[in-house]
Amino acid sequence: MRRVWAKVVGSLKKGWSIAVARYAMILAIALIAYAAVLFLAGKDPIKAYADTFSFALGTSYGFSEVLVRMIPLLLTAVAVAIPSRLGLINVGGEGQLYMGAWLATWGAITFTSLPQSVFIPVLIVMGFVGGGCWAAIAGFLRARGWVNETITTLLMNYIAPLIVGYSVYGMWRSREVGSAAFPQTVAFPDAARLPRFFGTRVHLGLILGLVALLAFWFVMARTKWGLKMRAIGGNPEAARRLGIRLGLYIVVVMFIAGGIAGLAGMAEVTALHGRLRAGFSPGYGFMGFLISWLSGGSPLGILVMSFVLAIVFSGGTLLQITQGVPFSAINVLMAIILFVVLANPRFSLAVLKRGLTVRGRWQ
Amino acid sequence: MNWDLLLGVLSGTIMYGVPLLYTTLGEVIGQRAGMVNLGLEGILLVGAAVGFVTSSLTGNPWLGLGVAAVAGSVFNLAYGFLVITRNANQLASGLTVMFLGMGLSAMIGRGFVGGGSSGLARYQIPGVSLFSWATKSMFSYDLVVYLAFPVAVLVWWLLFRTRWGLSIRAVGESPSAAFAAGRRISLLKYQATMLCGLFAGLAGAHLSVALARTWSEGMTGGRGFIAVALVIFSKWHPLRAIVGAMLFGGAVTLQLQLQAHGAAISPFVLNMIPYVLTLGVLLAWGGARRFAAPGGLGRVYSGEE
Amino acid sequence: MRSSGDVTTLANASASGSATPIAQLRGITKRFPNVVANDAVDLDLFPGEVHALLGENGAGKSTLMKILYGFYSCDDGSIRIDDEEARISSPLEARKLGIGMVFQVFTLIPAMTVAENIALYVPALPVTFDARSVSQTINELGDKYGLRVDPGATVRDLAIGDQQKVEVLKLLVGQARILIFDEATRVLAPHEIEGLFEIFEMLKKDGYAIVFITHKMREVLACADRITVMKRGRISGTIGGRGATESALIELMFGGAVPDQVAKGGSEVLGDPILELQGVSTHAEGIGVGLRDVDLAIRAGEIAGVAGVSGNGQRELGDVILGLTACARGRRRILGADATSWSAGRIRSSGVGFVPEDSLGMGVVPWMTLAQNAALGNVEAYARHGGVSIDWEHVQRDIATSFDELSFEPLEAWVPVRTFSGGQLQRAVLSRELGRHPRLFIASYPTRGLDVRSAIATRRVLVDLRDRGGGVLLISEDLDELCRLSDRLLVLRDGRIVGEFLPHEIDRHKIGHLMTDSGGKDA
Repeated sequence: MRRVWAKVVGSLKKGWSIAVARYAMILAIALIAYAAVLFLAGKDPIKAYADTFSFALGTSYGFSEVLVRMIPLLLTAVAVAIPSRLGLINVGGEGQLYMGAWLATWGAITFTSLPQSVFIPVLIVMGFVGGGCWAAIAGFLRARGWVNETITTLLMNYIAPLIVGYSVYGMWRSREVGSAAFPQTVAFPDAARLPRFFGTRVHLGLILGLVALLAFWFVMARTKWGLKMRAIGGNPEAARRLGIRLGLYIVVVMFIAGGIAGLAGMAEVTALHGRLRAGFSPGYGFMGFLISWLSGGSPLGILVMSFVLAIVFSGGTLLQITQGVPFSAINVLMAIILFVVLANPRFSLAVLKRGLTVRGRWQ
Repeated sequence: MNWDLLLGVLSGTIMYGVPLLYTTLGEVIGQRAGMVNLGLEGILLVGAAVGFVTSSLTGNPWLGLGVAAVAGSVFNLAYGFLVITRNANQLASGLTVMFLGMGLSAMIGRGFVGGGSSGLARYQIPGVSLFSWATKSMFSYDLVVYLAFPVAVLVWWLLFRTRWGLSIRAVGESPSAAFAAGRRISLLKYQATMLCGLFAGLAGAHLSVALARTWSEGMTGGRGFIAVALVIFSKWHPLRAIVGAMLFGGAVTLQLQLQAHGAAISPFVLNMIPYVLTLGVLLAWGGARRFAAPGGLGRVYSGEE
Repeated sequence: MRSSGDVTTLANASASGSATPIAQLRGITKRFPNVVANDAVDLDLFPGEVHALLGENGAGKSTLMKILYGFYSCDDGSIRIDDEEARISSPLEARKLGIGMVFQVFTLIPAMTVAENIALYVPALPVTFDARSVSQTINELGDKYGLRVDPGATVRDLAIGDQQKVEVLKLLVGQARILIFDEATRVLAPHEIEGLFEIFEMLKKDGYAIVFITHKMREVLACADRITVMKRGRISGTIGGRGATESALIELMFGGAVPDQVAKGGSEVLGDPILELQGVSTHAEGIGVGLRDVDLAIRAGEIAGVAGVSGNGQRELGDVILGLTACARGRRRILGADATSWSAGRIRSSGVGFVPEDSLGMGVVPWMTLAQNAALGNVEAYARHGGVSIDWEHVQRDIATSFDELSFEPLEAWVPVRTFSGGQLQRAVLSRELGRHPRLFIASYPTRGLDVRSAIATRRVLVDLRDRGGGVLLISEDLDELCRLSDRLLVLRDGRIVGEFLPHEIDRHKIGHLMTDSGGKDA
């Protein structure tokens, strides 16, 4: 038994170090390509990156801001990774995030008299249920074999912000001074605000994200449900024949995934903004998708990549301010990274397989 | 009955339906070759941006359209490379192109947001001017619109009456059978990819140069996804695509007209219509659809790919 | 007898019409990662004759012909066509040289018409064309060689026998002179096989060289002018068709050591019904066929065989018993209980096991290890603490026990199952399924594509299960296997059971006609 353990740990380490090397290479390629894009747009890429990194890692405020940015990325990435184990492609993180925020907002402005110790759990549930139900719709359609979840979640990504917009401009619109120019809901009661740590803006969402990540890893690697889920991802036909209820798993997994993304939305509005605004997400859902793909759905990879992308992302805001690059240029970076990952299926697939097979050995 | 509204919708249907038709035709070719491209939205945006910028800079809207078509064709090669040469997941590759298009178009069009253009010359359908209720702008379209219908017939002929079309369809139905018959799968797929990009680039440019006569970020508003749905709706047939495109063009026009006539529906709800409609179309074809699709595609749509 | 590697001269010179070979293969060698498929093979093909390539599964016959057809490239050796050196690097080049091959899995496009499918093979198809112009050629060839098909029909709607005709027409239109048939009779009923041989006769007269790959001795003796036997990648010998005997062929195929076939004793007193389907109908899904009013009972201690042309409801029958498809009408009883509304999982845990048509594609998760696949076979039994962990040691013990019970050689438990050979994978699946000691077992084409040893081991396992009181449903396209193993043989066509035979009643021709719904033209 001890020999097996030693062998396993040894190969784990080897697997991880190779994986890390590959992530680094992908990122390097992507950052160089983006630098080229910046350069062609007439910006100074070196200065751009230098500014970004010195801010992110050099100052404690910068670092805390990176953590703040990391929270929704972590959550939305897990929201993509879990279904990916079943072979489902969930692009709907953005929409699920909005619906989580939407339902949480409803809770925040309806149950105004709750004490914080009750309010926070209620809001967490609201956020989870909002995003979860939104994703479960897509899951149901897929389980019935009617529409591919990639297409449904993608389309629903466009509908959710419209629902939020409708509510913000309509029934929840704030009549406060200064709100006419910038439609938003009324401010949430203080009890509805997620607690923050150490005087920074880093909030409870970080705990939620880390818990979600840990749970993801544990369920997949150790439990019977994880084994069944991976079987569905590996060969749905065989899984079906072995008596695994595909439809049920698809819907439940999408619900959970959507719920986690919903938590991201809930966290953003209750912790950072304190109210709901239309279009409050700069594409966290899509970035989560990217992170999950980049890291092959591996929990450790997600942790690392969320951190790195949070740095890049805070760089994006910075670039907008200092260099006048439109924010959607970040889309180009995302596309380049996705492209690099997709264009090398051999090594990113190998990363995925190694990660999964190694875990298989650990049984 | 509000005749003004009805006629406005009829007239607008063709106007708004045509860019959709071109895009759909391009995607029909692509899907017949076995590729689902979710990145159409990105290509449309690139076409719109490139077309607008070129015609603004050169003062020649036709040049803008031409350059945009070429740009779309080249741009779609990114999708083609991933799917054909690297054998990557089609849906994810489409998303890559979508993001790329969204970002690139924003950067290209940055200095031109809100600018205006003179658009293309319009010609009214002969005979309409005889009617008293016809204003000068009603049923008055540019050449690109008029060409849309012959082009649809051309695409049909290309797919069903030529050797090339037979090969393309064979590739989409069963790459192994096509390979066994000696067809060069990759080459054919690349050709289809470039054609698809050409149509989409043209459609996007038409939108910015001739229809809206301006550029703004994300102005295509989901038309790329609607086109994917339209391909299914028209059962992968170019002539039936005309019906589908007109239907959706009508929906868009109706939405605009309702807004213009002060209908008390929230603009948010109206903006949802294209997406909800698209979902509806996809649902209506349900699980049975996958057996009507070209052989290689059914699995992509129902999720087994 | 002859040692492997020798090529015998013809025993009977009058077997072929011409003395100049149309194709000469010399020293063909092909290596795959685990096996040498062809080892210095020499072969001559003559025009105007049927040349049978006989050998068991895995002997290398298919590989050899695929090299000739440009599908594979040989590691060593040369090919001469019409006495000229030929480099064949793709099927396209092979076709240019006049070589054509009909595969076991057809390369037809189901959604297109016959004419469109064949048009793809017309050598100088004009840039713009109408499929109807090809129809004329199709009709002419069809009449000439007995390959009549409707050019406007959609391939998907054709019976398999007709689809095969389209495959042949493709080759003729493409001006092939050498026609290679890879296990062409696998999907045909007995009288259709005779029809195929008649087509061979007609083609032969016009000088076509026909290569007929098979592992069935009886067919070879019926149609071949020349027989080449292959064993383990080498030529065992070549003899003329006219004077060949079964024993001579057996000698060449197995070198004297004929493997024991599975001996099935008479059936014991039959027990209670384990499975009952009463008036079961299912909805057809897509291109599949719905079951119609099926009454079927399997008792303890019997093997019920199901014969039929592939695609007539076999998969649906297996699926409805396993609970993967719902009964649109009728009742399903398992071990006496009404299981009509049970889920697949519940049916499985009530004691039903299966081995699917395609183990790699339908029975296991390829990248998972043997242990993980074994655990998946019965997850609840290995889950601990409410599902939060899995007892892997128990899984390993059960694997070892099962392999032992079945007398299988042990396999590595921690490697992905996709690295196993076909026979090893089948054993892995059998061990997983039988380790649970099921009462009812559904075996779909269990020996398809397996080497003889693995096939025999599989059949033995099924007979053992039956002897110990289990009930087995055996779905197979191998009529010999069905006749030998079944206690009762059912014929399935179009989703209905159209015939039932006890062992002494079995009449292969009658069965064949039932399979294809043709009135018995000949006895």
